[in-house]
Amino acid sequence: MRFESPKTTREAVALLAKEKGSAYVLAGGTDLLVRMKTGLIEPDLVVDIKRISAMQSIKTTASGTRIGAAVSGAELGENKKLKKAWPGVVEATNLIGSDQIQGRCTMVGNLCNASPAADSVPALMAARAKAVVVGKNKRRTVAVEKIITGPGETSLAKGEIIEAIILPRRSTKSGDAFLRFIPRTEMDIAVVSAGISLTLARGVIKSARVALGAVAATPLLVPAAARAIIGTKLDDVALEKLAAACSAACKPIDDKRGTIEYRTKVVGVLACRAAKIAYQRAGDA
Amino acid sequence: MPQDTSYTDQNFKLVGTRPRRPDGVDKVTGRAKFGADATAPGQLVGLILRSPHAHAKIRKIDTSKAEKLAGVKAVVTSADLPDLTDGDRAMLDILENCMARGRALYDGHAVAAVAAINAQTARKALKLIKVDYKVLPHVTDVDEAMKPGAPIVQDWVFTTGVEPKPNKPSNISQRNEFGHGDVEAGFAQADVIVEKSYKTEQTHQGYIEPHACLASVRPDGSGELWVTTQGHFTFRNICSSLLGMDVAKLKVTASEIGGGFGGKTHVWMEPVALALSRKANRPVKVVMSRDEVFRATGPTCSTSIDVKIGVKKNGTITAATAELRYQNGPFPAIWGMLGAMTSFACYDLKNVKSVGYDVLCNRPKVTAYRAPSAPMAAFAVESTMTLVAAEIGMDPVDFRIKNAAKEGTLASYGPTYGPIGIGPTLAAVKNHPHMKAKLGKNQGRGMACGFWFNFGGQTCTDLNIGIDGTVTLTVGTVDVGGSRASLSIIAAEELGIPYDQVQANIADTASLGFNDMTEGSRGTFSSGMATIFAARNAIEVLRERAAQMWDIPVKAVVWENGEARATGKEHGNLPVLSLKEIAAKAPRTGGPIAGHNEVVADNAGVSFASHICDVEVDPETGGTKVIRYTVIQDAGKAIHPDYVEGQFQGGAAQGIGWALNEEYIYGEDGRLQNAGFLDYRIPVCSDLPFIDTEILEIPNPNHPYGVRGVGETSIVPPLAAIGNAVSDAVGVRLNHVPMSPPRILKALDEARGS
Amino acid sequence: MPGLLVSTTVNGDAIEFVCPQDETLLDSLRDRVGLTGVKEGCGTGDCGACSITLDGRLVCSCLVLGAEANGREIETVEGLADGDKLHPLQDKFIEYAALQCGICTPGFLIAAKALLDRNPNPTVEEIRYGLAGNLCRCTGYDKIVRAVQAAAKQMRKK
Ligand SMILES: Cc1cc2nc3c(=O)[nH]c(=O)nc-3n(C[C@H](O)[C@H](O)[C@H](O)COP(=O)(O)OP(=O)(O)OC[C@H]3O[C@@H](n4cnc5c(N)ncnc54)[C@H](O)[C@@H]3O)c2cc1C
Ligand code: FES
Ligand code: FES
Repeated sequence: MRFESPKTTREAVALLAKEKGSAYVLAGGTDLLVRMKTGLIEPDLVVDIKRISAMQSIKTTASGTRIGAAVSGAELGENKKLKKAWPGVVEATNLIGSDQIQGRCTMVGNLCNASPAADSVPALMAARAKAVVVGKNKRRTVAVEKIITGPGETSLAKGEIIEAIILPRRSTKSGDAFLRFIPRTEMDIAVVSAGISLTLARGVIKSARVALGAVAATPLLVPAAARAIIGTKLDDVALEKLAAACSAACKPIDDKRGTIEYRTKVVGVLACRAAKIAYQRAGDA
Repeated sequence: MPQDTSYTDQNFKLVGTRPRRPDGVDKVTGRAKFGADATAPGQLVGLILRSPHAHAKIRKIDTSKAEKLAGVKAVVTSADLPDLTDGDRAMLDILENCMARGRALYDGHAVAAVAAINAQTARKALKLIKVDYKVLPHVTDVDEAMKPGAPIVQDWVFTTGVEPKPNKPSNISQRNEFGHGDVEAGFAQADVIVEKSYKTEQTHQGYIEPHACLASVRPDGSGELWVTTQGHFTFRNICSSLLGMDVAKLKVTASEIGGGFGGKTHVWMEPVALALSRKANRPVKVVMSRDEVFRATGPTCSTSIDVKIGVKKNGTITAATAELRYQNGPFPAIWGMLGAMTSFACYDLKNVKSVGYDVLCNRPKVTAYRAPSAPMAAFAVESTMTLVAAEIGMDPVDFRIKNAAKEGTLASYGPTYGPIGIGPTLAAVKNHPHMKAKLGKNQGRGMACGFWFNFGGQTCTDLNIGIDGTVTLTVGTVDVGGSRASLSIIAAEELGIPYDQVQANIADTASLGFNDMTEGSRGTFSSGMATIFAARNAIEVLRERAAQMWDIPVKAVVWENGEARATGKEHGNLPVLSLKEIAAKAPRTGGPIAGHNEVVADNAGVSFASHICDVEVDPETGGTKVIRYTVIQDAGKAIHPDYVEGQFQGGAAQGIGWALNEEYIYGEDGRLQNAGFLDYRIPVCSDLPFIDTEILEIPNPNHPYGVRGVGETSIVPPLAAIGNAVSDAVGVRLNHVPMSPPRILKALDEARGS
Repeated sequence: MPGLLVSTTVNGDAIEFVCPQDETLLDSLRDRVGLTGVKEGCGTGDCGACSITLDGRLVCSCLVLGAEANGREIETVEGLADGDKLHPLQDKFIEYAALQCGICTPGFLIAAKALLDRNPNPTVEEIRYGLAGNLCRCTGYDKIVRAVQAAAKQMRKK
């Protein structure tokens, strides 16, 4: 295996594009190194992106916040402004692993690893986040929900890198939240999860996005679930409809982490709890 | 010299204090050397190839490509580990488990191994080994394995303990029955009978240090093994026998051990490491990955248990029975028998019967895990006990007190008890403030009792007094959790010197006589006993030397407070001689001063515990959190209370993990699906509350200080205590451990009728 | 593929080593730098026994490549004591019997130090969550949490 740590995105893209064997981007490595250790992959080239300055910073402009692909969960959590603007996204990312994992893991790595249970992804989808994708000859901005195409699979072409995530500027009276269920209190992969972002007008939900994790082959954006609460004050009837829409949308599997029955049921519970938090946050905002 | 093992009451100066442990500094500075921390000149890296199949015939293993790879120094298969066991089937089982012989018996079974100049080369070599498997039908569930027509795991196993003698092989290796009285008559007298079935899933000890060893066999047939183990003497005997080496020519050194809990009482890859070293003629280090630890070392049994208890309205149990089916992995063992023995040991029963079955499956060979077999039996019996109490409207603690075993009780497994602690732990439960703590919404409280035998065994200890009067204590029981501190306390207590004048060491197999493993809670019990006797032996020598120095008869010299004192009218005025003074003169009074002891420390004394537990259950997700936990256990005598509390807390935490989330999950294909700490969920720090402890001291009559083993019993009650608490919290009774969120939610949904 | 020359600072000392390009920093530290106080319990980020700080951040060294350490600063358990004076955490771990077997101890000490550097006065809850990336199978964590509380108290006094 060859290890490279370029200083620019261009160099990184060129290295990846040129490699004939298997080539991987190394962000925090908390997925990549596990897969190497367990023999699932044997890379010929690993390109470390942590020395690329364009990928290391968090910048807030009038239109939103740009988070570099190499920004770790811990750094994200230390950014007070971002935490205030998108508490759900930051909390979701900070749920990944332990303090040790937080010191390394990235949102983009979480996204590109393409696990259906990735914690930051439903929160990013709910938040209408976009990914800045850089290829050899072009750069494109893609909605986060377009990145993951299946378990472990993404829409990125060979040689393409995500340089940053862009979160929109948060409108007033908006709030987001993310919850997951794990059997332990820490160090677990979500059995089910739900991310919700919503905006209020005089106490009534004007717009909403609901995304679910670990209930299908990819994280799911569920417009029907959003519709269930839009136009309501999140009363009990709305919550019941939300839960039902979430349960109806999921196509889970039985695996070592949970059963179909369990996931289908608990996803509704979590969505309602997350919706209440988001609603509260929006009201306070 | 006959040794008086009986208990004598005395005022201790050091026993019961909490000094700093001798190995503490090394362990907080990273200097302590564990299994993987040793190196030898020219050492190779050894790796093991494992079966991906639950059950398969091995038609052929082609190692030629691996052997040709540059940097590979040895490849071994079962052909390099010939059967030298001379008809000893149990030894052959051990050998076969270390390396498959024609058949892979479980996912993870070793089939070949390589030694190479570095890890990269060894990994490459493993990939070049081609194994031709014919996959065979497999069975991983204990109840399935007992059914007629189940795939047979070993065709040479015929059930023992049944009449008539079977003529067909079976997965049931043995049936054992314990008890007394007439259970049918007893049930006939009962006002209420409760009958229930339970299942528990397989769990692993989960020690944080993977197995590791450094083997070095010389061309002259002698060798050395550095290894993380709970019993290096036993490892030496087994390895030398399997490899055809002389016992005296294999020196085994126990590294610092990063947890064992029973799992390091058995050899796994050590004989393979020795075989690699012998073939390569170089030292070979083998360190297991976590995946290998889960798939290919010895977890505890999965079980299936039926319990029936009959009771009068006044709370007297009239009869109790249990049938216990324990899954042993692919080789016959005694775990079901132990389960049957422990199941009703807490109670004084007129009519009792327990039947244990040992059952083979295509899972890893089961080995001991802390009070092996007892937690599952206790889960079934103690859950049923609480159900019975509820049926007759009696407080569950009072119900247990009414039926508790006491001195003179004929135990269900045979013996008659001496003074025991079950009654006192139950009385302590009643009085404990925990029982009065307020419970909130969705919270509940449960309690349960536990029993374990404890074990004494062979022990050999040396105590050498240095020229400056400091003492080297040399023991042969591995220190798994602070026993060097406890044993130093004992030596200092006996000799009457300060704790810091004693240095305890663990000897290698070349430096001391045979010692049994640190298992069965025996470390401090038996080495403690041997240390007392060795110290008393040294005191005899010290008295002789003092007598010589004073030129008076030995019988006029007594040993008190670390000093020799002359007694009697004629000598009473001589100034005392301290240990230091006598030691300084040793070269001229007869040479080194030492004490020595060999003992078979029998009568370790049974141990009992009662636990109280509060949980909170989220009724919408089935998630359960332990919010309060109390362990009450009889220690006989706590030598170093910190490490006794530590054993109580550690065992309780393991039991909590088992009760709630830990389990081996097998797929349809018979492969283990969660061979890692992310999905085999042992409790993390934020999962647990502080674990309160209360040490009771009911002296063991068969130990000079009254010590009982304390290491194991604490894992026995938690499964049932938590089950009882969950039931109290949300009104559903879980009969399947672990009580994971999906299982609890399912039970809740069934109860709610949805 | 040739090995890489890596120049780092380890516990304040300039250290160079050559490692295969796919080797983890855990293996480099143990096998090339000789710091076997850094332990491997899982190799996959789950147990925290391999905890170190890398440029001041707490990480699992099993999830870092040796090559990544070039030009970076590493702290391990071997660098915790100040000469012959134990760090308060080390001292309190011994005093409170916060270790039984001790295999998890180096990782806990490094993680606890990182926690207290960030938050000198953590609540029990914060300690428990802050140390959730470190597994201990022997102690049930009770005495570990108490030792960290005691060390924090002592460190605040200074
Ligand atoms: C102990 C442990 C606990 C964990 N707990 C959780 C958890 O609770 N929740 C959760 O969701 N996950 C968890 N994970 C998984 C993992 O930590 C996360 O998915 C993490 O966000 C991955 O980020 P990373 O930067 O480490 O990714 P890396 O491992 O560096 O990369 C992951 C994948 O994405 C690719 N990639 C990375 N960056 C880019 C880029 N910029 N452009 C294109 N491709 C890229 C890589 O090539 C690789 O295939 C856990 C992992 C461990 C070891
Ligand atoms: S060895 Fe790195 S976390 Fe376990
Ligand atoms: S003390 Fe043994 S794992 Fe923590």
